[in-house]
Amino acid sequence: MTDMSAGGPDIRPAGKESSLLAGSARTRARNAREWRMKAYGIGAIVLSLSTLFFMLATILMDGVSAFRQATISFPLTVDAAIVDKAGNRNPEEMAKVTTIGYKRLLAQGFVAHLAAEGIDTAGVPEKDLVDMLSDDGPARLRDMVLADPSLVGQVVEVSVYATGRIDGYLKGRVTRETAERDTNVTPEQLDLADNLVAAGLLTMPFNWGFLTGPDASDLRPEASGLGVAIIGSLYMMVMVALFTVPVGVAASIYLEEFAPKNRLTDLIEVNISNLAAVPSIVFGILGLAIFINFMGLPQSSSLVGALVISLMTLPTIIIATRAAIRAVPPSIRDAAMGVGASKMQVVFHHVLPLAMPGIMTGTILGLASALGETAPLLLIGMVAFVTNYPAGPLEGGVMDPATALPVQVYSWASRSDPAFIERSSGAIIVLLVFLVIMNVAAILLRRRFERRW
Amino acid sequence: MMDDMRLVERDVTQLQAKIEAKGVQVHYGEKHALKDVDVTILDRTVTAFIGPSGCGKSTFLRCLNRMNDTVASARVSGKITLDGQDIYDPRVDPVQLRAKVGMVFQKPNPFPKSIYDNVAYGPKIHGLARGKAELDAIVESSLKKAALWNEVKDRLDASGTGLSGGQQQRLCIARAIATSPEVLLMDEPCSALDPIATAQVEELIDELRSQFSVVIVTHSMQQAARVSQKTAFFHLGNLVEYGETGQIFTTPKDPRTEAYITGRIG
Repeated sequence: MTDMSAGGPDIRPAGKESSLLAGSARTRARNAREWRMKAYGIGAIVLSLSTLFFMLATILMDGVSAFRQATISFPLTVDAAIVDKAGNRNPEEMAKVTTIGYKRLLAQGFVAHLAAEGIDTAGVPEKDLVDMLSDDGPARLRDMVLADPSLVGQVVEVSVYATGRIDGYLKGRVTRETAERDTNVTPEQLDLADNLVAAGLLTMPFNWGFLTGPDASDLRPEASGLGVAIIGSLYMMVMVALFTVPVGVAASIYLEEFAPKNRLTDLIEVNISNLAAVPSIVFGILGLAIFINFMGLPQSSSLVGALVISLMTLPTIIIATRAAIRAVPPSIRDAAMGVGASKMQVVFHHVLPLAMPGIMTGTILGLASALGETAPLLLIGMVAFVTNYPAGPLEGGVMDPATALPVQVYSWASRSDPAFIERSSGAIIVLLVFLVIMNVAAILLRRRFERRW
Repeated sequence: MMDDMRLVERDVTQLQAKIEAKGVQVHYGEKHALKDVDVTILDRTVTAFIGPSGCGKSTFLRCLNRMNDTVASARVSGKITLDGQDIYDPRVDPVQLRAKVGMVFQKPNPFPKSIYDNVAYGPKIHGLARGKAELDAIVESSLKKAALWNEVKDRLDASGTGLSGGQQQRLCIARAIATSPEVLLMDEPCSALDPIATAQVEELIDELRSQFSVVIVTHSMQQAARVSQKTAFFHLGNLVEYGETGQIFTTPKDPRTEAYITGRIG
């Protein structure tokens, strides 16, 4: 060492003493590069944040109104002459009266109440008056009366959804100009709506029906809800978790800890990574061919949906779990082996508990992306129009037709009535809320388990 | 330079052989890591393996409790016996072997569990304790033997990873001796410790000699001279010289040993 520092060329520039305070041109160029790099990074973050903000703002602006619904409330006498001609309150005979009868009942009550309140209905013929009430109303009234025949002859307070056009008017979507060109609504009806609001009959309460109700047809957007889609998504998520977590974790443990490293396991590894990159619609076709056509499972059912999505999620979970297992320091394995733990004991006493936070985060994030999966569900028929709630999970509800949240978004977005745009954005908000809940759960679980280190 | 070391009063006579290795070869894939090693390790003796990095001393140590089994590319041939029984016999379960031949690693690696659980883990999985009281007793005596009891007796529930480096290493020693092994292998146990912690561990090794056969791999020749009675010098996969520590450090027979201990190679 000593003889090296004595010789060698002097690399300092001759005749010029560099100052620490001035800084050389080289240093300045280097600092400028560093500054530019930082600026690019900040620019990229600002760009992505503003895009995200713009997207969220659009969805919120379009969708928040879906959580309120114009509702007309008025008292109504349940006329026995219409709903119970026999007069014996026998539910079986009463069931013969269809919604047409109840529509008459509703119309009768509405017109009577408007007259009683002295509300000006000038320019609105009685037919148009009744058309302001949703077609959903008679069906609900019928269900209510059939469930409790003692209501016949009584005065009941009913709340009926206003039609999508009246709802849209109160939300600013429908104006008098559009009403001129619209066959479904007249400007006079809008005037009446203003009067109803003034009289306190027409209000905008929180729309629970949007969260709990089933889907409704194109003609009555006001009655459509996410109930079936939420149940379908819930069933699917639970089943996907049940199918993928045991299989995924077992496969990862075997591949990481027990499998010999040879051509076959290399091939398996490569293919797992490849599967994670396969477009989801391909899994949909696979599910259609295997689960529905070959195995004969019912189409549109959440069971088939869960099976297809499990196939898609499995590679993600295996990759995340293997990464978590690999991140456990080898010194812990050595330590356990050194005191004579068997391979199984090393894995289950030491490796798995330490890998748990990673496994859980990976699993929940995998499930969250599965929750938003749409394409494969379209192929197995979950885009169907389903108005019946699936049965409870123990009564074979997983075999019943259901839809899922993202599919509902897709199906509403493709309908013609502009009221469905709002519903579609509202459904996206619900979906995002679920995703946020799952991601927060992932973070909390991770924190909780990491503290045990 | 060697004057300050206790090279005298070594009692290595009349002790039985604990481990006998004959013609041990280790290959890692294409690499021939250990060539034809013959060693007899005595009972109740501290045996030090010294040599430059990559000379095969750790590899040989890991053969003694079959930790090399976990390295997929490693192949071991030759014969190693513990009390006359071949440890590479197909009937031998490495799990049982490792309960008899404990190991302490280079970096302190306590489990991320409580101090108590760290020590109790080995006895638990081997079913050495019947009931909590017996387990408590094992934990206490192991921690006492590892000279850690007084420092941790009030916080056995605290995490083992929260201890200082030296304490962690003594905890690892306590964990290794909790299964009452017959041989204790130590792979550079002091390389991550400061001089004071090193002194404590060395003192401990000297005490453990009364009950176990201790094999220690070390990079520090001073440490080998301080703690061991027998020393083996490895070089490029060969066992160059094996003898009493005093003899190795004062009158080495092989020129390579002399070159190493005087600092000319390694």
